[in-house]
Amino acid sequence: MEKKTECDVIQDTLAVPYELAYGPTWTRFFEGFQQEKILGSRCQGCGRVLVPARSYCPRCFVELNNFVEVSQEGTLMGWVLTDYRYYGMPTEPPFVSGFIKLDGTDCNFLHLIGGIDLTDPDEVRRKIKTGIKVRAVWNKDKRGQIMDIKYFTPVK
Amino acid sequence: MARPVGIVGSGQTHHGRRFDLAYPELVSEAVEACLKNTGVDPKDIDGVVYGSMPSMMEGVALTHFYFADALRSVGLPILKTETCGSTGISLAITAYYWIASGMADLLLVVGSEKMNEGDSQATMTSILEPFYQMYFISGAPGIFSLQSQSWAERFKIPADKVREAATRLSLDHHNDAFDNPYAHIKQRLTEEQINTARVITYPIRLWDVCPNSDGACAMIMASEKMAKKLTKKPAWVKGIGYAGDEYWFGDSDKVMWQTAIQASKQAYAMAGIKNPRKELDVAEVYNPFTYQEMLFYECFGFAEFGKACDLVLKGTFSRDGELPCDPSGGTLCTNPIGATGLIRVAEAAMQVQGQAGDHQIPGAKTSLAHAMGGVVQYNGVMILGSEK
Amino acid sequence: MNKEFKTFKKVLELPHKYGAGPAFTAFYDGLREGKIMGTKCPECGKVLVPGRSMCPKCHVAIDKWVEIKQKGSIVSWAQTDQDFFGKPCEGTYTVALIRLDGAGCDFLHLVGGNLKKLKTGAKVQAVWNEEKKGHMLDIKYFELV
Repeated sequence: MEKKTECDVIQDTLAVPYELAYGPTWTRFFEGFQQEKILGSRCQGCGRVLVPARSYCPRCFVELNNFVEVSQEGTLMGWVLTDYRYYGMPTEPPFVSGFIKLDGTDCNFLHLIGGIDLTDPDEVRRKIKTGIKVRAVWNKDKRGQIMDIKYFTPVK
Repeated sequence: MARPVGIVGSGQTHHGRRFDLAYPELVSEAVEACLKNTGVDPKDIDGVVYGSMPSMMEGVALTHFYFADALRSVGLPILKTETCGSTGISLAITAYYWIASGMADLLLVVGSEKMNEGDSQATMTSILEPFYQMYFISGAPGIFSLQSQSWAERFKIPADKVREAATRLSLDHHNDAFDNPYAHIKQRLTEEQINTARVITYPIRLWDVCPNSDGACAMIMASEKMAKKLTKKPAWVKGIGYAGDEYWFGDSDKVMWQTAIQASKQAYAMAGIKNPRKELDVAEVYNPFTYQEMLFYECFGFAEFGKACDLVLKGTFSRDGELPCDPSGGTLCTNPIGATGLIRVAEAAMQVQGQAGDHQIPGAKTSLAHAMGGVVQYNGVMILGSEK
Repeated sequence: MNKEFKTFKKVLELPHKYGAGPAFTAFYDGLREGKIMGTKCPECGKVLVPGRSMCPKCHVAIDKWVEIKQKGSIVSWAQTDQDFFGKPCEGTYTVALIRLDGAGCDFLHLVGGNLKKLKTGAKVQAVWNEEKKGHMLDIKYFELV
């Protein structure tokens, strides 16, 4: 048989089904979403308020079971404009993801920044800056998922 | 007490898009090159350490089973280490532990990735849980852009200056890659091409970002007695450091990044290094993104916080600068992820052995290798020296 | 039993392009022509099927291809009638390790047709699909002779 210079390529999609348990803490967190509440946990060890709520503090390893409602407003600590498509993306690009320090909490919460025109990067850069205040905007239809919050929008 | 450990030598594939070979054959290319370069008799090998990024990348789980033949691991103990982007340096550290403990004298260490076979972006979403973080930080450029922007804003570095420094790094590394026979991207660029390239995640542009590479790296690590028997000039492991953050991206500061600081401090303490910029002769910093590279310079003490841009623009980290970084072209030009960290170690070793060919830094005696992994979560550092 | 909470269902789907490399490319080319191709190691002389680019024992490069007989005997077999995600075919199926005549290793494939006399040591012969696509299942199965 003659030796080929070009080799075959086999195309396939690896598909594997999963069923992941929410467990008590995610369940409670997303129940909060149904009532348009963002729930965090206060660590009895270090006193930090962490959001999303946790079952234990990742630094003190203290079990956490006191849920606290946190503010829906916060300060933008970092952001990124994404303009390409990828598997698992939250919405059609372009979109802005941000690091939001919700008032009264001690960590950054990740979500989208929206409610403004995102087509021109330079315009986005003028409107979205680290340090601006943002507020949660909710979807009407709640499905108990992180995207029940539509995005955070700049507060005038 | 830990026994001294030396690196005898290594072998790499020609990195790039490698649909000319099936995956085990690619691994074999690096292993056979390594055995040839080091003159090691495979019969003397005590064990194999292997790793890739998530196996999901290649659509075959637990690839070390698939590669048993190519790794020449039949009849030998095999350890798999997988720490995402830092896999490569974790492999070298795993082998270090194994030999330093006295349980092995000669090990084959191999890292590989065939990124073009899968959808690398989709694979990276598979390392995140689907309750929360997956939606916002999947896609490596997004994560690093978020981190880099926070850094620039924290130290009030003007956007133009950051751009100028990133362009300098991109230009330098792409030129360096021409002197590395194994590098993937070999492209002569101009400042203008870099500054006006397509935006990937604002403000990161095309030439600020590493490619998807197929490739493998294999290395021989040995105890003192065995290393001295095999080569006149082993590269000695002088220090190691490794540290990881908590899982949640928003829980820790990624600008004055504790795990990067801690990993380098551990390695410096073990190697007796007090002033890294003066005492190191060359560094192979894991730099998939130009912007993030500067953040590492600061965390590793090569520059004060907020000052890396100034030093980059002064040429401190260029080939003829005070501390040349990534003379191989680095991760920016070649990134088969599971192999990348090991390539950093192999390159840092070649530098102190005086075997880096056209990208040799003259007289290099002490070098640093680094890799980062997870959702900007893990950092590993290794210091190598020509003297034990 | 602890209280159970709701679950999140998803299918993880990842597209892949596997590079077949020179050895599997040659093997699949053989299948397209209705042939089972193996390689012979120039050092140990062992005939391996599917063919390899390197001998897993001697670690020497191999490029001597030989056509393998389509007859052999069953070394071991397993029957599965459980349904699971990603199953290679509908219904009950039988997988066997088959030592093709002249080969130095066992070949893994399906056994089909009348399975009444299925047992270790039974003789089998390859049955091909009419349409050949350069795929492992171009051989429909091996049937008992």
